[in-house]
Amino acid sequence: MTAPFLDTSPPVSDEIRKTTCYMCACRCGIDVHLKDGKVAYIEGNRDHPVNKGVLCAKGSAGIMQVNAPSRLRAPLKRVGPRGSGQFEEISWDEALQTAVDWLAPLRATAPEKLAFFTGRDQSQSFTSLWAQSYGTPNYAAHGGFCSVNMAAAGIYSVGGSFWEFGQPDWDHTKFFMLFGVAEDHDSNPIKMGIGRLKERGARIVGVNPIRTGYNAVADDWVEITPGTDGLFILAMVHELLRAGQIDLEYLARFTNAPVLVNADPASAEFGLFLRNDAGKPLVIDSASGTPMAFDSPGILPDLTGTLTRDGITHRAVMHQIATRYLTKEYAPDTVADRVGISAERIRGMAAELARVAFDEAIEIPQPWTDFRGTHHASMTGRPVSFHAMRGISAHSNGFQTCRALHLLQMLLGAIERPGGMRFKPPYPKPFDAHPKPHCQVTPGKPLDGPHLGYVTGPADLALRPDGTPARIDKAFSWEAPMSAHGLMHMVISNAHAGDPYKIDTLMLYMANMAWNSSMNTRGVIEMLTDTDESGNYVIPRIIYSDAYSSEMVAYADLILPDTTYLERHDCISLLDRPICEADAAADAIRWPVIEPDRDVRGFQSVLVDLGARLGLPGFVTEDGGAKYTDYADYIVNHERRPGVGPLAGFRGEDGCGQGRGAPNPDQLNRYIENGSFWMAHVPAEAAYFKPWNTAYQDWAVKIGLYDKPLPYLFNLYSEPMRRFQAAAEGHGDRQPPEHLRERLKQAMDPLPIWYPPFEDGAVDTDAFPLHALTQRPMAMYHSWGSQNAWLRQIHGHNPLYLPKNIWDDHGFSEGDWAQLSSAHGAITVPVALNAALNPHTVWTWNAIGKRRGAWALDKDAPEATKGFLLNHLIHELLPPKGDGLRWANSDPITGQAAWFDLRVAIKKVPAPDAAQPQFDTLASPVGQGPQLLEQGKKS
Amino acid sequence: MTTLPPCGTKKLGLVIDLDTCVGCHACVVSCKGWNTENYGAPLSDADPYGANPLGTFLNRVHSYEVQPESAPTQLIHFPKSCLHCDDAPCVTVCPTGASYKRVEDGIVLVNEDACIGCGLCAWACPYGAREMDAAAGVMKKCTLCVDRIYNENLPEIDRVPACVRTCPSGARHFGDLGDPTSAVSQLVADRGGFDLMPELGTKPVNKYLPPRLKDTLAKAPPKAMPTVNVDAGGFLGWLDRALDSLPGKGE
Repeated sequence: MTAPFLDTSPPVSDEIRKTTCYMCACRCGIDVHLKDGKVAYIEGNRDHPVNKGVLCAKGSAGIMQVNAPSRLRAPLKRVGPRGSGQFEEISWDEALQTAVDWLAPLRATAPEKLAFFTGRDQSQSFTSLWAQSYGTPNYAAHGGFCSVNMAAAGIYSVGGSFWEFGQPDWDHTKFFMLFGVAEDHDSNPIKMGIGRLKERGARIVGVNPIRTGYNAVADDWVEITPGTDGLFILAMVHELLRAGQIDLEYLARFTNAPVLVNADPASAEFGLFLRNDAGKPLVIDSASGTPMAFDSPGILPDLTGTLTRDGITHRAVMHQIATRYLTKEYAPDTVADRVGISAERIRGMAAELARVAFDEAIEIPQPWTDFRGTHHASMTGRPVSFHAMRGISAHSNGFQTCRALHLLQMLLGAIERPGGMRFKPPYPKPFDAHPKPHCQVTPGKPLDGPHLGYVTGPADLALRPDGTPARIDKAFSWEAPMSAHGLMHMVISNAHAGDPYKIDTLMLYMANMAWNSSMNTRGVIEMLTDTDESGNYVIPRIIYSDAYSSEMVAYADLILPDTTYLERHDCISLLDRPICEADAAADAIRWPVIEPDRDVRGFQSVLVDLGARLGLPGFVTEDGGAKYTDYADYIVNHERRPGVGPLAGFRGEDGCGQGRGAPNPDQLNRYIENGSFWMAHVPAEAAYFKPWNTAYQDWAVKIGLYDKPLPYLFNLYSEPMRRFQAAAEGHGDRQPPEHLRERLKQAMDPLPIWYPPFEDGAVDTDAFPLHALTQRPMAMYHSWGSQNAWLRQIHGHNPLYLPKNIWDDHGFSEGDWAQLSSAHGAITVPVALNAALNPHTVWTWNAIGKRRGAWALDKDAPEATKGFLLNHLIHELLPPKGDGLRWANSDPITGQAAWFDLRVAIKKVPAPDAAQPQFDTLASPVGQGPQLLEQGKKS
Repeated sequence: MTTLPPCGTKKLGLVIDLDTCVGCHACVVSCKGWNTENYGAPLSDADPYGANPLGTFLNRVHSYEVQPESAPTQLIHFPKSCLHCDDAPCVTVCPTGASYKRVEDGIVLVNEDACIGCGLCAWACPYGAREMDAAAGVMKKCTLCVDRIYNENLPEIDRVPACVRTCPSGARHFGDLGDPTSAVSQLVADRGGFDLMPELGTKPVNKYLPPRLKDTLAKAPPKAMPTVNVDAGGFLGWLDRALDSLPGKGE
């Protein structure tokens, strides 16, 4: 038989529209192919700085998100009791009027009674501005339950962190160590980077209790015990110091290792920097031996400087580094058992790091000049790099562990150098150039400034005059002084408890707080439905915006249905969570490549409308009319500072402004023509050493990242932390409550430390001997993927994965079920064997488990019958200590939710009908999906 | 019975790097997205929101744990699609001639107009690389994106299979494995690429590259670094001496 005729050049699509993905927070550029006005195919945009053409499983499945039957269709008003899922569709006019009727009186009398928290929001610079104009101090996004430890420790230590802040130098690094990375964070760039390292034969080391994903392809796997990463890192620090394998010149020139610290315990200034009259920290100039401001032209600071002034001795930070980390406490032999890695391997890993950093040093023939005016003939580098995410940060010792990782990088001289970690604009940025938190409430007026920021000491805390927390989540209080992202996971719990005060309206966006985004899910559901003695809900009003029929929808009183990501305007802004690369500043937009076929509106446009209706400053014109027609109008015309707005590209009347320039009415069209992004390359002489490189600093000012150069030193030693520690020791006017003193003295150590996760001290670890973790699969993002017809065929349920020893000890076999219990509760779940796993750890995929009736899934969907959440085992509070106080299950510095501190016990049980616990089936406001899909069927 | 054509010199296929594949399923979904819109009937999904969703996929990723002797367990991600065998049993078994191998490039295809949905080819394929579409009643398989790789409506750079274009870690390579000088043939030669189940005599065109040796640092940890000379003045004494040799010192 002859081969049939085959058309190998069929038409591909009618049109390609380029926009930005939103199937996770990676924000890749996508080419959306349309046929007959409908989405036909989505692929990566080859020109885009983030993904350069590639696209992950989630991105390619976007079409199933856009067509999902779980999409909300119209505004909803609750008509049954909360949690029943009984709603009535209402008009937008009624929905908006209802919101105004609730919010306007609150603003006039007690704006703090609105708590507005957004989940995986990518418009925080906008939503925060709205909340600030409204006047409530109670605003934050989801960082507090995600990875604030990573972000804040990075900012306080080195002026940036990983992911949106920085990346390994994929082109030059020869040794890449990856700590605790969930498989979906900085999704495509990490995969692309790993591919490039593999091509060059660079070594990849995965430090993770679980060997899947990136760790599965790593050359070496360090099967660390959860919560001990900081100890492992500090043992390597011990080794590097012991062997003198540290970059002395880098430490002297670019870090605060030479800065003089008050070393007199009797002094009120003990532990603080010695400064000149202009407030600049002092160092000893190695040439003259005299104290000078750290940035004095031409000096090389002395790492071992000592100065006695007015009878008080001051010593360089480096003295403390040596004293602290050379002790036996951090010796590999001391920590090996706890970490689960032999001393020989720890010593070997440190030796290999040092060998690559110093023996394989690299040099790029690019001259540059530093902030002291010192000229450098080339850019030398230490080709070792690191990346880390939630695995190390979602512990109660996470902040200090992240600090420890930066300490390691600094000692190796590996940040902002060829082969090391590189910042992405607008980072680097010193912590004291960020805003400070604001909490001054005036009825009828805006808040006195931005909600979130970086405190420099007790004076910056968000406290009321009586010393109690000003915010509902207690962010920036003594319970979590450096909580730069707020504590979203405490909002419902605190609002229910009326601690520190009661609220009236809870407004949430894209946050599934009645399910996978809360600790203690059942408890949170009870708080959302609890009534007072009059029969009124304890949390009186709940407004929620989501695009899909998530579990949280059922617990709100008013639903404002959002669009899908292909039906909306957005900006991925330099003011927010940018998408820059180390070699370029970049931002991007989304635009409606298709129009919604439902009565839904982008939430940001709804806020613009509500802002006008409420008369919020910044949202109304002088005559009281609406300032912006919608979010697109805001994106183009809002100016944060004169000439600087949400989008940096195509500014000015001619559209040629980069970073700075007057609003350009044609800006969005220019973005669309350019593939929906804008990019400005960092000049070659500014590519590395950015915090100290005059060429970079000048470029950053030119494109509006800063208004003046901001060179700074990296903080091996954190003076803000010392200020809190000093307060806990009794210094200063603003004093912590007595019950927090000891904890603050320990946790606020200005040098990185390790302490056991709090849950280890709060529960009987013999009764709960195992660690339990979650990971996010690369092919599904949080709960959003659950209704995706293609992705749920890849991850439709989530067994509890057990290591071989536990599998054998308990006699498990395929198809078995287990009861997993913690100090807080128990769940019954299916198990599976995963031998490539730390022997004391069990884990599962996060947020696959669904509640019956949600997401337009069948009530017998495996997500509901076999899928489960570990959240039921994790409480937002630690077990009571008998002191009558509520102790958050969070990092004591930032308040980050300590998801991964969880300790559990396991036993084999007979298979139940379905995973336990089960909840009542929710009534679906959108019905259920079709029985058959034939995507692309020719009609 | 269908006969195989005389073996051409051009053998288009994939080279999949098992050392680099992180198991992300990007290739699986981009394949689904392209092919449900293009060649032949859509790749349907039965019960897509129900208890037992069952869709047609032309490419799937399996993960296997491997237990080396005296080393930690490893996890290998193993993407699998049609291997476009030179001696394709799925073709010779086809009663209608619907399954065929192209002379010009060796791609194995199903002519859906001639396919009666008997399923013999899926039974004959030792790799499980074919799936019957429940809605269309025809056999579906990897086409190597024959409607992309020659498609003049696509920019030249995009004339590769969808799975190759999308793979974030660069673990998938496309080219002519019949040409020993091609980049893919060189890659196979350099990295010891291998055939899947060669003992079956199917002579697959697709090749796999093996994972690199793992856990070498754990097996033989580098020697501990020597301690610096702290005889005079302890660590800070060493530090002072080391600092004296810094460039710029005393300038």
